[in-house]
Amino acid sequence: MSTAKHDGKVRGLQFSPWNLLLIVPLLVLVTPLFNMDGPRLFGMPFFYWFQFLFVGIGVLSTWIVYMMTRDKPTVDAADKLSVDDLDEGDAR
Amino acid sequence: MSNLQWPELIIFTILFALVTVLGFMASRWQRGSTLDHLDEWGLGGRKFGSWITWFLLGGDLYTAYTFVAVPALVFSAGALGLYALPYTIVVYPIVLLPALRMWSVSRVRGYVTPADFVRGRFGSPILALLVAITGIVATMPYIALQLVGLEAVLRTMGINGSGIVGHLPLLVAFVILAFYTYQSGLRAPALIAFVKDILIYIVILVAIIYLPSKLGGWSHIFDTAVSKFDKTPAKTDGILLNANNQLQYATLALGSALALFLYPHSLTSVLASRGRSVIKRNMVALPAYSLVLGLLALLGYVAITAGIKPLTNAATGKADGNTIVPVLFDSQFSSWFAGIAFAAIGIGALVPAAIMSIAAANLWTRNIYKEYIRKNATPQEEAKQAKLASLVVKLGAVAVIILIDPQFSIDLQLIGGVLILQTLPAVALALYTRWFHRWGLIAGWVVGIGWGLIMLYGIPNPANGKQHFGGSALSLGNLSLFGWHPFSGSAVQIYVGFVALIGNLVVAAIGTVIARQMKVFNGTDDTEPEDYHTDEHDKNLRPIGVH
Repeated sequence: MSTAKHDGKVRGLQFSPWNLLLIVPLLVLVTPLFNMDGPRLFGMPFFYWFQFLFVGIGVLSTWIVYMMTRDKPTVDAADKLSVDDLDEGDAR
Repeated sequence: MSNLQWPELIIFTILFALVTVLGFMASRWQRGSTLDHLDEWGLGGRKFGSWITWFLLGGDLYTAYTFVAVPALVFSAGALGLYALPYTIVVYPIVLLPALRMWSVSRVRGYVTPADFVRGRFGSPILALLVAITGIVATMPYIALQLVGLEAVLRTMGINGSGIVGHLPLLVAFVILAFYTYQSGLRAPALIAFVKDILIYIVILVAIIYLPSKLGGWSHIFDTAVSKFDKTPAKTDGILLNANNQLQYATLALGSALALFLYPHSLTSVLASRGRSVIKRNMVALPAYSLVLGLLALLGYVAITAGIKPLTNAATGKADGNTIVPVLFDSQFSSWFAGIAFAAIGIGALVPAAIMSIAAANLWTRNIYKEYIRKNATPQEEAKQAKLASLVVKLGAVAVIILIDPQFSIDLQLIGGVLILQTLPAVALALYTRWFHRWGLIAGWVVGIGWGLIMLYGIPNPANGKQHFGGSALSLGNLSLFGWHPFSGSAVQIYVGFVALIGNLVVAAIGTVIARQMKVFNGTDDTEPEDYHTDEHDKNLRPIGVH
């Protein structure tokens, strides 16, 4: 989502090249890449630790897209509020 | 009922009582001006922040059934069961952008269900009705399956009777759940989800560190699994995929990911959030649960090494594979910690069951009751109707589990996943394009559902001797297009839902071209292009929960 807000309204499809990063985690669907026993890590076959690794890659890709496509940089104080305040915590 | 596990039962009951109190208190938590409005009862006031949404969505998507069924599948089939991991890895990158558009347009137009959106986008009550019915039909067995998860735990604690007495604890648990959901709406599962998820994280972390070290390390665990699978006659199991099930693995993961946020209960949690940034943060943070689910799946192998045997369901006389993980905890942990683990799974059944019943009730109220039965229902009447519907839905789920073989629900849920995927063109693609014609979409839905059901019907399961609805893996060799077999002789398997979706899209596209050629009226679009980008702080937003 780019920052194309003129009268405060955004129209049409907002595309950012950063969004393409969201395709990277889909590599975990290409099974021939990792359908093998070795090399093992902590005794775990490659098939397993490769996919656990991709949890991290998925988080990283989504996080970068989130950071790079924010409409306006907001200062995010850490959420250290009580449960009841959490709802409004970062709205104020 | 003779060998009750008292310490486990006591801890389980205490934690269960705690969440019951929370559930009733939730109606006063973050209260809006009224609970007699679907915005409030059904969506918690549309104001949940990042943390609450994280716990709510986590509690909603990673259900008790998932927690018992995925390791059970790994236990019996091996690598194939791990599809849950890529499934929950790819889902967030895929739905991030469409979920934002859905939130925005729903916030502006006051949509509560996916069918509301379809109604507004295409001006078609029929298409909306089809989407609503698909949602309800797909959700109902999912609720019933939460009871299967809960029962697996109860059975391990010794509550394994037959007949109505054996089901009594389940009935009590669900009646309590039904009452506090009736009273507190979506706030109840949101609050309980905190307890559930924290317990789950503790249990899994302990299990995944303690059990392998106790049982000789991961290397030994995987090697025992290999030798077990080598001894079985079936060729589809093993700790790696084989040439024939890799396509099934990938398409099942992708198809499940595409289907997940089409389920009404997932959208309910998304729409309950306060703004777009909440959703974005959650799509980044939710994979923490995927990690947990992946680790949990590995417990299937741990159970093999520990020599676990599934319990026999006293009501049906058949082995209940879903008891693998509870029995593993029971045999390996001290009884008080097993009690905590069982409570985590048990409460893990309540959260999604509550959200699902609310989502189904919202669909009933908005897209059937208000559309066809009482057109000028006030918001108070809508809320009243939805509360009653949520009771009916939950009691229906209990009745199905008690009166019919649980296998029926498992089959139905398998079918439900294929069905809900067929709403993708009308719900998800419509967020981006109005190109599809509403009659094309209806035709695509009919074909996708019909073809999906036919294919599922034709799949046998040699393992349990079932002739029909034996699984979701279709051998490409059996794929038939009006009698023509394009992949004749191939044993490569693919996920049925995926094939049906392709058929759906092709028919929808052809139908669209024809309808446009014939200049059939394509409904009016209530939404404006800027609706899809609205955010929480924009001016002149529709007030929430106002009559």
